[in-house]
Amino acid sequence: MAEKTMVEAVRDALHDEMKRDERVFVLGEDVGRGGVFRATEGLRDEFGEDRCMDTPLAEATIVGASIGASLNGLLPVAEIQFADFIHPAFDQIVSEAARLHYRSNGAWSCPITVRTPYGAGVHGGPYHSQSIEAFYAHVPGLKVICVASPYDAKGLLKSAIRDPNPVMFLEHKKAYRSFREEVPDEDYTIPIGVAERKREGSDMTLVTYGLMTRYSLEAAAAVQGDGGISVEVIDLRTVSPWDKECVLESVRKTGKALIVYEDNLTGGFGAEVAATIAEDAFDFLDGPVTRIASPDVPLAPYSGVLEEFILPNPEKIAEGIRKLAAY
Amino acid sequence: MVSVSDVPGAQGLSRDQLREVYFKMFLARSVGERERMLNRMGKGPFAVTGEGHEAAQVGTAYAMTPGKDWALTYYRDIGVALTLGMTPRDLLLAHLARAESIESGGRNMPSHFSSVDLRIVSGSAPVATQVPHAVGIALASKLRGLDEVAVTYFGDGGASVGDVHEAMNFAGVHSLPVIFVCENNQYAISVPASKQAAVTDLSVRAQGYGFPGVTVDGNDVLAVYSAAREAVERARNGDGPTFIEAKTYRLVPHTSDDDDSRYRSREEVEEWRKKGPLVRFGAWLEENGVATKDEIGEIEAKAMAEIDAATEYAEAAPTPDPASAMRHVFVEEE
Repeated sequence: MAEKTMVEAVRDALHDEMKRDERVFVLGEDVGRGGVFRATEGLRDEFGEDRCMDTPLAEATIVGASIGASLNGLLPVAEIQFADFIHPAFDQIVSEAARLHYRSNGAWSCPITVRTPYGAGVHGGPYHSQSIEAFYAHVPGLKVICVASPYDAKGLLKSAIRDPNPVMFLEHKKAYRSFREEVPDEDYTIPIGVAERKREGSDMTLVTYGLMTRYSLEAAAAVQGDGGISVEVIDLRTVSPWDKECVLESVRKTGKALIVYEDNLTGGFGAEVAATIAEDAFDFLDGPVTRIASPDVPLAPYSGVLEEFILPNPEKIAEGIRKLAAY
Repeated sequence: MVSVSDVPGAQGLSRDQLREVYFKMFLARSVGERERMLNRMGKGPFAVTGEGHEAAQVGTAYAMTPGKDWALTYYRDIGVALTLGMTPRDLLLAHLARAESIESGGRNMPSHFSSVDLRIVSGSAPVATQVPHAVGIALASKLRGLDEVAVTYFGDGGASVGDVHEAMNFAGVHSLPVIFVCENNQYAISVPASKQAAVTDLSVRAQGYGFPGVTVDGNDVLAVYSAAREAVERARNGDGPTFIEAKTYRLVPHTSDDDDSRYRSREEVEEWRKKGPLVRFGAWLEENGVATKDEIGEIEAKAMAEIDAATEYAEAAPTPDPASAMRHVFVEEE
């Protein structure tokens, strides 16, 4: 077992799946030379340009052609260079990939994986920073995964590629190289739709996903140290389908819920988590279900000071924890 | 005895094949008319059909190998679906949203053709989204070393959609076995061709993608067939895509909810009806001694009998179990 960055773990998963199943191929802009984040580095040399295919710069057709290829016996893994540039493919993802199985009464299916780097905190400005998970979590027929750790990235990407449904695989770009983690060399998968309890606690449940998991764990450690607040942290890992039972069981134990996400507050995925807790764990609550998210401004301004002002961070999360704990 | 290939202009089709082509064309016309009739009777909530497009549809599909080649249709392609092997029963079950409809079991609107066995891929309603799928299917065909061809259909309105540009460009770059068929009926609902494109022949666009484009008389089924056969051969031999523009005319409103008198004169429609594909091909069959008027009548009677039986069957078929609406959001794993 070696310590790896997340981008290395993504590459390992792609490599292993291409080796394991010759139907798997990757396509996208610049993937032939490894892609702008180097997630596909070396794949063309090993598997040839037919299986690590540079495409014209046309997101709708990267996804549309993936759909077609999946109907004719292949398992495409499409890379969209940045989540901010996926919007031209929205129609293909939402109207086509997500609905094909349903609209054909189960006759056709569409086993594609769409990988894309998302998230802010890297001075990406308004077009290299967006969070897009809520758009797709809203759509029945899609699975949506948000990863921000090397271990999860490898195990969940393998599950995504093997899944018979269309899967959106969102990789937080700030987590690509910012830290390393033990990643087993051997084959393993993490089931889609299963959350992970990252920290045990008794005073409140903090539900999060993506890079905010790391920030929330830092905040939870800080408030434990200076105020003795015990926070249970749950990383959803998958936002669609999401692990309601894990969240509800925890909230029924702690009686308080704080939801942390990087996306804009309004209509963000955390709103769905909040609604579910309010509806299904109301009798157990002794405080308001609370959210910490980015305010409703386009994510994210380029200037470091502007970006820092907007985005959630461990200090802001710790402040939210203290406020809810005092309720 | 006259050898079949001696029929001038028959494009190598045998007498039986020429009659079969007429049968499919008439079947397509009449299924469309039947759907519109059932709609007016209040039995089907919606009808979208392609009367007038029969030569463009049957002529292209007849050049394909059913069950081997792939069809990515749009909502007028009744003639494509029937030529490849879907039946009037399949289409009328879909029209009436019956449980056993192989298109969708009552989930999709009618004329959103689908058959896994016949490789007619389930379609949607956003215009031209199927075109990139054809490219992906052709890409897989090439990567897997198969000689399967993908044929995708869209209208003159669809030709304006960005997906078509992207898909043609992709197909040209990778020299894929795909055929783009534009059924140019000169109106995108009410918008005339002159407001849709600044060129007269859309097929000239193919040059910009690095493959041949051809405009054919879309009301001449043999001209369409000839162009399609050549395109299929090119694709099958690894010579890449072709863009076929078949110029035709829709003889009916856009859908059962459209009133086409708002945007085109009755005189114009009547002129086109006189030079419609069935009128022309029927006359050709007679002139060339392939079928007499009586024999054509028999072909038509056979088609109508099939449609009548299909109507009766479909009307009696059960509607879907309401609770089944919850199924098939995701693949149901064993």
